[in-house]
Amino acid sequence: MAKSEKDEAAFGLKLSPRLLELLAKLQEIELEDFEMNVGDLEIWIQPGTVAAPSVAVPRMAPPVKAKPMQIIEAEFVPPIESYSGKVVEVTLGATKKKGGSRGKTVIIGGETAPPFYTFEQPMPHPPVISVDVFDMKVPLAKAVKMHVKDVLEDPAAWAKLAVKKFGADLLTVHLISVDPLVKDASPKDAVKTVEEVAQAVDVPLVIGGCGDPKKDADVFEAIAETFAGERFLISSITKDMDVERCAKFIKKHGHVALSFTPMDLNLARELNRILYDYLPKEDIVMDLTTAALGYGLDYAFTNMERARLAALMGDPELAHPMSSGTTNAWAAREAWLEMAPEWEPRELRGPLWEVTTALTLLLAGVDLFMMMHPAAVKTLKDIVKQLLGGSAGNADKLVEWVSMKT
Amino acid sequence: MSERETKAKGGIRELSPIDVYKLLPRTNCKECGEENCMAFATKLVNREVSLEQCPPLLKKENEKAYKQLRELLKPPIREVVVGVGDRAVKLGGKLVMYRHEFTYFNPTAIAIDVTDEMSEDEVLDRIKRTENFCFEYIGQILRLDMVAVRSTSNDPDKFKALVKKVADNTNLPLILCSLNANVLEAGLMATPKARPLLYAATKDNWREMAELALMYNCPLAIFAPGDLKLLRSLAKTLIAYGVEDLVLDPGAFAGDGLADTLNNFTMIRRACCKRGDELLGFPLLGVPMTVWMEKGDVPEEVVKWKEAYVAAMLIVRYADAVVMHSVDGWSLLPDVVLRQNIYTDPRKPVAVEPGLKVFGSPDANSPVMFTTNFALTYYTVASDIENAKVNAYLLVVDTEGIAVDSAVAGRKLTAEKVADAIKASGIEGKVKHRKLIIPGKSARLSGEIEELSSWQVLVGPRDSSEIPKFLLEKWQKQT
Repeated sequence: MAKSEKDEAAFGLKLSPRLLELLAKLQEIELEDFEMNVGDLEIWIQPGTVAAPSVAVPRMAPPVKAKPMQIIEAEFVPPIESYSGKVVEVTLGATKKKGGSRGKTVIIGGETAPPFYTFEQPMPHPPVISVDVFDMKVPLAKAVKMHVKDVLEDPAAWAKLAVKKFGADLLTVHLISVDPLVKDASPKDAVKTVEEVAQAVDVPLVIGGCGDPKKDADVFEAIAETFAGERFLISSITKDMDVERCAKFIKKHGHVALSFTPMDLNLARELNRILYDYLPKEDIVMDLTTAALGYGLDYAFTNMERARLAALMGDPELAHPMSSGTTNAWAAREAWLEMAPEWEPRELRGPLWEVTTALTLLLAGVDLFMMMHPAAVKTLKDIVKQLLGGSAGNADKLVEWVSMKT
Repeated sequence: MSERETKAKGGIRELSPIDVYKLLPRTNCKECGEENCMAFATKLVNREVSLEQCPPLLKKENEKAYKQLRELLKPPIREVVVGVGDRAVKLGGKLVMYRHEFTYFNPTAIAIDVTDEMSEDEVLDRIKRTENFCFEYIGQILRLDMVAVRSTSNDPDKFKALVKKVADNTNLPLILCSLNANVLEAGLMATPKARPLLYAATKDNWREMAELALMYNCPLAIFAPGDLKLLRSLAKTLIAYGVEDLVLDPGAFAGDGLADTLNNFTMIRRACCKRGDELLGFPLLGVPMTVWMEKGDVPEEVVKWKEAYVAAMLIVRYADAVVMHSVDGWSLLPDVVLRQNIYTDPRKPVAVEPGLKVFGSPDANSPVMFTTNFALTYYTVASDIENAKVNAYLLVVDTEGIAVDSAVAGRKLTAEKVADAIKASGIEGKVKHRKLIIPGKSARLSGEIEELSSWQVLVGPRDSSEIPKFLLEKWQKQT
């Protein structure tokens, strides 16, 4: 406790949010009734796929007149499929040994079954979270701002907070200031910002551009060169950039490309095909565009679900780990706007909006989440842990919900 | 495996209109309102019409064909109706496992619980909040659907009194919850014709529950937490007993067991949608409110937060109904919006007609703004302009149904498109000025728009709720 207080003081931070404390308690409680039921486990472990019989059984006979006196036993065999495709594994970040300076690396992808179909295959790597850090003041929702207000103009301090307090697996440095329409900061300035962040934390970095196709290429090239061998994720490469040029410097300096396309699987395949001319598959992550809950999440969800299923069915052009700009959840006004009293407080509604957006896409197959709110980050991490932890629920206890006093 | 109640059933995609057409009367009588039987067959396959809309098919001589068609068009997940009258809820009836394979029908019904040990005030307050929950979203009203009435006292008289009170105060369909058949029957006697969902048959009480379901003609839930073999056995037994409308609860574990929960829901849906397993071809019920069992001394907000995200995961992973305890707007809103999103028809783009829209009675000096044709963006902007009671033109640019920020990022919204839309709309003949207010999120297009359209650009607010303020402060200064 004392240590965390010291940390807070060191960063000049005040983590007031009650929810974070609340969520911390919640986690402790969840560890309480760990109980493994071997009988339950038998259902899951079914080596060798039992295929469904192709013989058509005639429709069930109408109910016989004599009512059964006891339970008529039926079997249950998990409906397990096999898949010809596999998502490529991509390593983000490089340690000293591998030519970089990161303290740890992160591997994403490698799936051989749909997301969290753990009755079929274990998930090879847990999905990870990259927390957003901006290089200048940007409009932020109040619920987010309250957690980062003291570091808004100090990317390095923001980075430390995100890693040490929020539990970020990676960091995204958004270089907004390089936008010719904003501050038109130079590639050199951008390199300096990245340098500060890279010094402050040792997690792998995601380098976010400003959206200007020409300027981003210049900025990315300068960063790729300066930080050669770091395996930063360059976010992002789009079709209206000079893809050949970008792919070449990403390859030459040992980084990873984030292939970004606007909600269209054909465009995603097309861009990936161009990248394949210069980059190995293991150097490509894809972003199919994330729309917020309530603002097109259905498109994003279905697009990602289809991409992942296609990859498993053997479409190599979509067999890349997926990244999601989950922070887009905050574009929904319901996430940040002060609404009528029955929908308040927005301090809870907002991060829950981000959590809901993230969980929906987690179940569609996203491997890397770019997120913002600490409570949303913590919740997603906890859920991933629970989903991959594999301990059984207590069925005897669950029955009691019916008569539970609330 | 010793036996299996399965049926070779093609997926929805394999069902061709020709197969359906062959069984129709093929007289092209147009009584259904379609041009010919082939058009009707196509609509049947797309689930846009029902068999009963073909009068000749309902005649005695076509009985066999009608039955065959019903079987052919039968969804792999049975549709179960809970309640009676206007507010009756349909559960299940789904044709596919993944929404992109067709579309999902019958959005996850959300039930809020009351108990027979709550005070009368609390019960009435919770019913009222459930009834009055209402959120307007792209021209639709999002609501809650059911009341789950639980016996915590295990006292038949108390339960009966509560069910009566609930039935007197709401038309919402009910789920009557007790594992004690005597208690449930007492509840049923208070509202014998309301067709509540009975919750639940277990390995211990299934016979009494089956009798109640038959006697009162009610759908019956099976509760077999974490045990799909038992769930399937009970389904088989109850079908043999004569109960047709079943609902399955494989147990919603939060925390430990969350993985089991997702696996169970997923395996069940796959078994019936992809393998034709009829014993599991029933609506799924999930109970996120089980998180309240572990409440301890944790603040309520945390439990509500958790309940909300467990519900979200179940909505995505195949639950046809959920039972919740929190009635807080902040925790339910993400779930009802998510449900709406997941259940929109992916075959139809959520877009509005592009073009020029007129608000109030604008003149030659009125402001001109633009937005995208994504339905949600359009309706949000339109309602903000309407509420501000200003006279204005709104140019709706075709971005293929994508919102402003995504459309800018994805180049679906470009300066060319905006310039073309200005020309095509004829707005230049309607106003004297040449000033275009653009969405704050498209600010980066300002320069190019000015170049291509020769209009002056004013960068508007990032959110349309600030349009009235913007017009007041910035536009009026301009003119």
